[in-house]
Amino acid sequence: MFEYCTDPGTLSQFRWFSCFLTTGVHMSFYISFFKVLALLAITAPIALSFGFFGAMAARSPFLPLSWLGRGYIANVRGIPDIAFFLFFVIALDQAFEWARHKIKCPDWDQPIRQGADFIVCKAAKLPLGTSPEWMHESYGFFLATITFALVFGAFAASVLYGGMRAVPHAQIETAEAYGMSPRQTFWRIIVPQMWVYALPGLSNLWMVLIKATPLLFLLGIEDIVYWARELGGTKTSKFTAYPHGDWRMWYFLFLLVFYLAFTRLSEVVLEKLMTRLTHGQATSGGEAQRKATV
Amino acid sequence: MKKLILATAAMALTASMAFAGSHSTTVRMGTEGAYPPYNFINDAGEIDGFERDVGDELCKRAGLTCEWVKNDWDSIIPNLVSGNYDTIIAGMSITAERDEVIDFTQNYILPEESAYVAASEGVDLKGGVIAAQTATIQAGYIASSGATLVEFATPEETLAAVRNGEADAVLANKEYLAPLVEESGGALIFVGDPVPLGGGVGMGLRESDDELREKFNVAITSMKADGSLNVLLIKWFGEGIQTY
Repeated sequence: MFEYCTDPGTLSQFRWFSCFLTTGVHMSFYISFFKVLALLAITAPIALSFGFFGAMAARSPFLPLSWLGRGYIANVRGIPDIAFFLFFVIALDQAFEWARHKIKCPDWDQPIRQGADFIVCKAAKLPLGTSPEWMHESYGFFLATITFALVFGAFAASVLYGGMRAVPHAQIETAEAYGMSPRQTFWRIIVPQMWVYALPGLSNLWMVLIKATPLLFLLGIEDIVYWARELGGTKTSKFTAYPHGDWRMWYFLFLLVFYLAFTRLSEVVLEKLMTRLTHGQATSGGEAQRKATV
Repeated sequence: MKKLILATAAMALTASMAFAGSHSTTVRMGTEGAYPPYNFINDAGEIDGFERDVGDELCKRAGLTCEWVKNDWDSIIPNLVSGNYDTIIAGMSITAERDEVIDFTQNYILPEESAYVAASEGVDLKGGVIAAQTATIQAGYIASSGATLVEFATPEETLAAVRNGEADAVLANKEYLAPLVEESGGALIFVGDPVPLGGGVGMGLRESDDELREKFNVAITSMKADGSLNVLLIKWFGEGIQTY
């Protein structure tokens, strides 16, 4: 990166590190931090909407819909995350390809499963074999996002379901006495008030989601854990201009600091949000706020 | 949000149409990127090493456009079989067990020796604790030799196990261990006798991909015939390597 980096063997320690930490491979490491942040930014709202619809379905008076919502929550919460992640991503990918295969290659006569091979016609491959590498990586990222959203959506559904039930019954009865329909009661009374009851559970979920991002590594995405392991490994002078011993401990220490700082920041933001939502609510928090202003 | 989704969908659609239109054959080459000098990530963040050079040359001779893909060693065969890439070119030795699941080209490295590395002399190689990478021929050999096998996902971790005393020795390809031993300043040494293992290194392909395998076989034969493979072997492994 810098001009003096042409012969790192002769540099002083500070300059050596300034060159070492700006190599192309380190840039990939820094970019992978944005991958993790992007995953969080995309997954969190999707998971929340999955959760919202899951909770709505679960409390629906229409039985099959209610079963669907409850089934979704119970299944995802019961299956270990790792099993879900490893099985679901492969199954989802093969389901997409199978569907495309049926549409695009109707006159294909060979079986799709040949022993261990899963073979669909070339046009059905997802992404196509001819696509550039970034398409393959985005597709992997897309699968990971869906999987994360599904898993965390189920937990969010369970939290929101509890939040909806925690809205004081007197509020709902009053709404009914005013002649509101169940739909109006739901949107005007329950939804605006449930957040304060759901937020502690949701913020907990957000923390778990942050901590779960290294699972990306399991899905074959080159995230911060992958690069920390790769960069920290022993490098000999034959294959790099910056030979060093086993430095994985330092790289993982850096990840530890990153995750700690990130969760701390989230805590501060969520606390502010909680104060805001509590305002004027008939909860112990809201009561405390009212007394403080009197 | 709606606009964003629409825009993304439109982009994906046009992109897939554009790619469906082009008919060049792209072959995706899967490698591990953690086993120098066979394959590794260089300072620029690109895949480098003996197999990068050989692979690029083979693709040129076979008239294919090749793209390099990194994949963990543990899942390198399952991902080939499920079609995430088309070849494995990752220092994979040709063995009968692997041949049941995938197919191999002819070898482009002759059968090599594996060696033991330990922190000190006098280690019990027959009954001690020996480290190896998961699902390698070395792991298979240790399991049948009577020693206690400890497996790790990456070669780096097998060496770390020897350094911190978790394992008495590590068994891996001699070519991989040699630079690490040389630069360890005496902390790591070769012990015992080298073990000849495997039937040489070849490219792995899906069993249903006979046409592609033939193309690579022809290209490897031509590289062997004009001596260019030997030049690359010596460039990456030194004069000691067996040439064709």
